[in-house]
Amino acid sequence: MSITPTKQPVIPRIKKETIRKLLRRGERIDGRRFEEYRPIKAYINVVPKAEGSALVRLGNTIVMTGVKLEVGTPFPDRPGEGVLQVNAEFVPLASPTFEPGPPDEFAIEAARVVDRCLREPKAVKLDELVIIPGKKVWLVFNDIYLLDHDGNIIDAGMMSSMLALNNARIPSIVSIEGDNIVIDKKVKEKPLGINVNVVAVTIGLIDEYILVDPTLEEELVLDSKITIGIDENNRVVGIQKTGMRGIKPSTLENIVDIALKKGVELHRVLGEVLNNPQQYSKTLAEIMK
Amino acid sequence: MFEKPVLIREDGLRHDGRRPDELRPIKMEVGVLYNADGSAYVEYGGTKVLAAVYGPREVHPRHLALPDRALIRCRYHMAPFSTSDRKSPAPSRREIELSKVIREALESLVFTDLYPRTTIDVFIEVLQADGGTRTAGLTAASLALADAGVPMRDLVAGVAVGKVGGVLVLDIDEVEDEFGEADMPIGYAASIDEIVLLQLNGVLTREEFIEGIRLAKKGAETIYKMMKETLHRKYLKVLEEV
Repeated sequence: MSITPTKQPVIPRIKKETIRKLLRRGERIDGRRFEEYRPIKAYINVVPKAEGSALVRLGNTIVMTGVKLEVGTPFPDRPGEGVLQVNAEFVPLASPTFEPGPPDEFAIEAARVVDRCLREPKAVKLDELVIIPGKKVWLVFNDIYLLDHDGNIIDAGMMSSMLALNNARIPSIVSIEGDNIVIDKKVKEKPLGINVNVVAVTIGLIDEYILVDPTLEEELVLDSKITIGIDENNRVVGIQKTGMRGIKPSTLENIVDIALKKGVELHRVLGEVLNNPQQYSKTLAEIMK
Repeated sequence: MFEKPVLIREDGLRHDGRRPDELRPIKMEVGVLYNADGSAYVEYGGTKVLAAVYGPREVHPRHLALPDRALIRCRYHMAPFSTSDRKSPAPSRREIELSKVIREALESLVFTDLYPRTTIDVFIEVLQADGGTRTAGLTAASLALADAGVPMRDLVAGVAVGKVGGVLVLDIDEVEDEFGEADMPIGYAASIDEIVLLQLNGVLTREEFIEGIRLAKKGAETIYKMMKETLHRKYLKVLEEV
């Protein structure tokens, strides 16, 4: 059952008022412009034991994604495709308001939004992941791991997922005897096939103001948020409105245009990392320094 | 695996004979349950949904109560027999997500600050699923809240727009959802002109998205009128009896 959240992080009322007051002057509390992202830092191959991994810093928000591949059975209605599963964990070390336990509705929602944005434009080449048609395929587990929560988890989660999937290598198959498949995870062969890259752009709405990439403090004063998935061909590949206020239909055109514009920017960041994998492969020790 | 059916026929009509901007036959009724404070039954073609509202009532456990407003608790749930393959009655990730987006849609309409320290519970049961269950569920929940006499800024009508065979269509059913290119459910509060639920599962261009919103608004306005008529029908009758 979904319940009105009762354990929201607390910020002083004066801060909320300041955030609103600044907006009226065209400013944001951290000095950004309304349509400006926080600085993005992205790294790949941060957990070498995973088949693919990435870490994204979006301001103070840190999200990591690990991709694991296992051999399993396909869905009966999709015998010619591998399986992609997206999961998100909001672990308690990421925020004073998170508690241990199975994913809550926020984590499930975040994972499902990323899942949709990957699935609908067929971002991952699932048809290349068949080992024995109808019987054995690769299962791709994309686990989003939130390490530090300062707002806009979905955009960071989407980017780290996209990088981790691009970074993923398929383990080598040693032998196939009947249904018995032996793999060697230490030998990684070809990369996981990607059809198209996707980014998510989250936009916060408060009164008549439109804020790109809201921080946690801003999220606490927002009327609502809208996350828009955008692929590299500038198509809209997923939308999720969240929050406890309605939005005027007339603002949607403007919101989509801003999202498309910012999508290009995020794709450029993504491309920079993917085109220079050596430069952006960092160990966790280097990143945490 | 079924063959992909013809979604848009040569005459431009859909697989079930509807025009692209045509809704399925819609039925609605309020006050259908004895125990609930408010209830509604809604049908969008083969999709059949019941909603019940309990409250405002005391919160248990007590510590969950909020001092300045009512809680809204919402459960969207599908009956095990509502789908072609039996659905496990345990809540799926999909149901958890949909419960959340429906709750948030209702939060934006209910005057929760009128009932501090209470809860308003909304239960939605999908009895038969044929596409558009969350939107039919939202419509039913809104009617049930009105039937319970819960003060709201507006009613909300839910409807999904889809893209099938390259054409934008209104109120998609299960076949169109499964084989189509996009599904965009929307909750629209017509009098205050606000979208309170918006999701997109699929791929659209900017132009298609904007056209889709326009189409959804049109469909939701029709459903919204039916909702008002349904409430009038019951409560005018009650008024005459008094």
